[in-house]
Amino acid sequence: MADDLPAHMRPERSFQGLILTLQRFWAEQGCVILQPYDMEVGAGTFHPATTLRALGPKPWNAAYVQPSRRPKDGRYGENPNRLQHYYQYQVILKPSPPDLQDLYLKSLAAIGIDSGLHDIRFVEDDWESPTLGAWGLGWECWCDGMEVSQFTYFQQVAGFECAPVAGELTYGLERLAMYVQGVENVYDLNFNGRDGADKVTYGDVFLQAEQEYSRHNFEHSDTVMLFEQFKMAEAACRTYLDAGWEKSAGENKKHLMALPAYDQAIKASHVFNLLDARGVISVTERQSYILRVRELAKACGGAWLATAGGGTT
Amino acid sequence: MPDLLLEFFSEEIPARMQARAAEDLRKMVTDRLVAAGLTYEGAKAFATPRRLALAVQGVPVRQSDVKDERKGPKVGAPEQAIAGFLRAAGLTSIDQAKVQADKKGDFYVASIEKPGRPTIEVIAEIVPEVAKAFPWPKAMRWGAASAQPGSLNWVRPLHSIVAMFGPETEEPEIVKFDVGGVTAGDTTYGHRFMAPAAIKVKRLDDYMAKLDKAKVVVDAARRQQMILADAKNLAFAQGFELVEDEGLLAEVAGLVEWPVVLMGSFDEAFLAIPDEVIRATIRNNQKCFVVRNPKTGKLANRFILTANIEASDDGKAIVAGNERVIRARLSDAKFFYETDLKTKLEDRLPKFEQIVFHEKLGTQGDRIVRIETLAAELASSVGADVEKAQRAARLAKADLLTEVVGEFPEVQGLMGRYYALAQGEDKSVAAAIEDHYKPLGPGDRVPSDPVSIAVALADKADILAGFWAIQEKPTGSKDPYALRRAALGIIRLVLDNGLRVSLSHPLAAAASQHLLILSDPDYQTREPNARELAAWERQKSHYSEFEKLDPKKALDEVDRLSLVGVDIVADLLLFFADRLKVQLREQGARHDLVDAVFALEGQDDLLLIVRRVEALGKFLDTDDGKNLLAGTKRAANILRIEERKDNKSYTGAPDSSLLGQGEEKQLAAAIDTAKIEASAAVAKEDFATAMTAMAKLRPHVDAFFDKVTVNVDDKALRENRLKLLNEIREATRAVADFSKIEG
Ligand SMILES: Nc1ncnc2c1ncn2[C@@H]1O[C@H](COP(=O)(O)OP(=O)(O)O)[C@@H](O)[C@H]1O
Ligand SMILES: [Mg+2]
Repeated sequence: MADDLPAHMRPERSFQGLILTLQRFWAEQGCVILQPYDMEVGAGTFHPATTLRALGPKPWNAAYVQPSRRPKDGRYGENPNRLQHYYQYQVILKPSPPDLQDLYLKSLAAIGIDSGLHDIRFVEDDWESPTLGAWGLGWECWCDGMEVSQFTYFQQVAGFECAPVAGELTYGLERLAMYVQGVENVYDLNFNGRDGADKVTYGDVFLQAEQEYSRHNFEHSDTVMLFEQFKMAEAACRTYLDAGWEKSAGENKKHLMALPAYDQAIKASHVFNLLDARGVISVTERQSYILRVRELAKACGGAWLATAGGGTT
Repeated sequence: MPDLLLEFFSEEIPARMQARAAEDLRKMVTDRLVAAGLTYEGAKAFATPRRLALAVQGVPVRQSDVKDERKGPKVGAPEQAIAGFLRAAGLTSIDQAKVQADKKGDFYVASIEKPGRPTIEVIAEIVPEVAKAFPWPKAMRWGAASAQPGSLNWVRPLHSIVAMFGPETEEPEIVKFDVGGVTAGDTTYGHRFMAPAAIKVKRLDDYMAKLDKAKVVVDAARRQQMILADAKNLAFAQGFELVEDEGLLAEVAGLVEWPVVLMGSFDEAFLAIPDEVIRATIRNNQKCFVVRNPKTGKLANRFILTANIEASDDGKAIVAGNERVIRARLSDAKFFYETDLKTKLEDRLPKFEQIVFHEKLGTQGDRIVRIETLAAELASSVGADVEKAQRAARLAKADLLTEVVGEFPEVQGLMGRYYALAQGEDKSVAAAIEDHYKPLGPGDRVPSDPVSIAVALADKADILAGFWAIQEKPTGSKDPYALRRAALGIIRLVLDNGLRVSLSHPLAAAASQHLLILSDPDYQTREPNARELAAWERQKSHYSEFEKLDPKKALDEVDRLSLVGVDIVADLLLFFADRLKVQLREQGARHDLVDAVFALEGQDDLLLIVRRVEALGKFLDTDDGKNLLAGTKRAANILRIEERKDNKSYTGAPDSSLLGQGEEKQLAAAIDTAKIEASAAVAKEDFATAMTAMAKLRPHVDAFFDKVTVNVDDKALRENRLKLLNEIREATRAVADFSKIEG
């Protein structure tokens, strides 16, 4: 544990302290510490630093916090640990190092989860993102029965085999923080580590937002606009993809706009999640929307592989 | 003799795969040993979340030498032939071959001795082969090696391998091989948290003992026993009773290497959620057991968890943590349950119109309408209130769209009942919603409320007739829609409830609904609401307006449809006969008797069939029965032979004026009486009396065969006697087709 820290910065005292501890831990492991992606996403995996960087032969180690939106998980602020907006801490290591499980456990120790006191378990959970055309094998990591992280060895992303395989760790930060702070309800988390009048809780920061967004997600979001946005994002993605292919005809054609195109795929995915939460997409249509996003993701993955980042020189 | 110890140590293996993997490892290694000529005394495989181990006892140190003789060319054969022979036999000079003689002269024979190889070398080849071909349901690549194609696939990253071979009394040796960059050795590791240090092992006994010390119980069965015993004790000590759950027990034993059983509790307020939902929540999501109050049989606000460590605070933090998660889970379940209660079941129905049930059989909405119509039609024949049956059928599937069932599919039906009661539905309507799926397995309860029966029959008849209509019957082991189970379900519903229904009725009704829809070319394009209407219109035009419209065409269509319908029903009845046979055979009845009864025309009343089979069985146990059967068979045999000889069949009543001998006359008279008596008894469904009537035939049949010659020269007389024989066969058909009876 980080004993040199002032009390309010300690992972077991404050939510932000927990985040800072993880940042430091993974920085020590040689990761690039990135900032959140500036778009609405359902999970840290959607950040191009994971989805796209997992593709291609180049080594890549990065970590970052990603605000994640799950419109359907809204509970009007009434569920103690399920939120429609929460923070994921995302680590991606390519190729997956042989001691990845140990590193993960050390990171838990760093934030104050003592494996002599808590029951930490790796329970089968094969990760799959139908919208990203991605899957991998791994586990949900349990701490005393609480799923606190997702641990995945990526096998395929955007429909392409991962060679080499990347290891991905996704921490559910609120749930971990509840653990180390010993609170029963996410809204009671101490956010800034201060006491008394200076204390700011997670509820102070987010409760109102959870209530408002739950109303929005389930009852009021403008579905006409959303359907339109989906179409627009889909079309824009295709336009950018088409426009991005290098004109000089040759064997190794490069792509010059994979990232902007991918942004539109992300947008389509989020809009779809909003529509889904409103229950306006029928069961049969649902499948076809997922396929449409997947097609975008795949095309973006293909484009990325034709960039320098994707290993094309 | 030496033993082999093998261990694959990896990251956590999914619980559901462990038992199978252990068995696969045992089989694959021992099969290959045997194929290499290495027999063994015993083999046992083990699995924990992190290891797959195998011990093979009593394997010979080396393969035995193999001696073989190889026949070569003739002495004096061309040089080329000799050279080829030497090469093939591995000889350097022809002097090393023997000369033998046969009829054709002298020839060379090489005796080839293949010395057996040391077993340890053979194992070093076998194990990597097994590892590479290992049938994991899902395997993966990892690490830097995965940049290249062809890297090892394993269930999760593989970290180390133990492979030791040697006799009990001496130091065993490491079997030298390498799999996917992992070199086999003598080192394993203890419990991930409590004893992670490296451990050197030699053979099974010290492996087990050292791992036990290092907080690893290698044997899954022992882990299960430990968990079950501790869980029961914990529950008992608090005055509760463990709700046992074999599947969960096996899974939990696959999640821990060192089981530590603890008890936690949750807020009593959650007990307002149905018990089944609480259990599903706690079981599926948290892999914990629930306990009940032995007095009330209701769940108590406790749960039992299995941790993987002996915690430094005796598990207080672990229990507190699990309680927190279970609280959140239950509050989710409560949220779902309460949300569900806000929507009436019937208000969910429109959504079904968008859910495809089967590409050719329409939407779930269509199916619900069909079941509803059918249930209403069947209601009176099973003594159910028509309106209630219709109502129940209408709501029976609605809970599939509720949050709780979406979360826990195993509580479908049951939740429907809860929600129906909550919205004030009639009790038997609510019960039918739950019970219309029943009976599922052989051990499942068979509903007895008439409303439940009507809906359960309708549900099953619809699915059977539907798949028959589109010709997707079950074949061999393929029965994706569980049609066999549906048929068996109908059989049990009918028999267990002593129902007198002719099976053709529900099946024909179900088939005709499907056929009307299937024959509607515009069906797919019609609005869901318009479909039933269209079907109804078409039906009307078929049956009443066909004369006005296009008489010829309409009539043809009606014929075609009803013919197809008749075919479907006839074929389905055969399917039911098979199912019934299986069912009766399981209860100890003779399948040939079932055949003998089914062979009679128009047998579609299951209850009568069963009663008849019973009566027939009893009859055939008596002397009269046995002799009558023998007599009937004899008559049938003679007839068969003579009919084939003459290429004609001897049916029709014998001419009474030609009956000469006394035995003939008496037999003819006895047949007449037996026929009348038996038919009368059958009409009254009194099969025992029918059998007794048959029994009276016996002395006359015996006397006839004793005294009367059938194949006489007088053609007319012979024909008449053959016809009399046929009458015996005919008479017995009042109770069964005796020709189908064995013996
Ligand atoms: N709605 C939520 N609210 C709060 N935390 C969540 C929520 N959903 C998931 N988590 C946490 O985030 C982690 C990752 O979520 P998961 O759904 O497994 O991610 P992914 O979609 O990237 O696979 C989980 O282990 C859990 O701890
Ligand atoms: Mg997960």
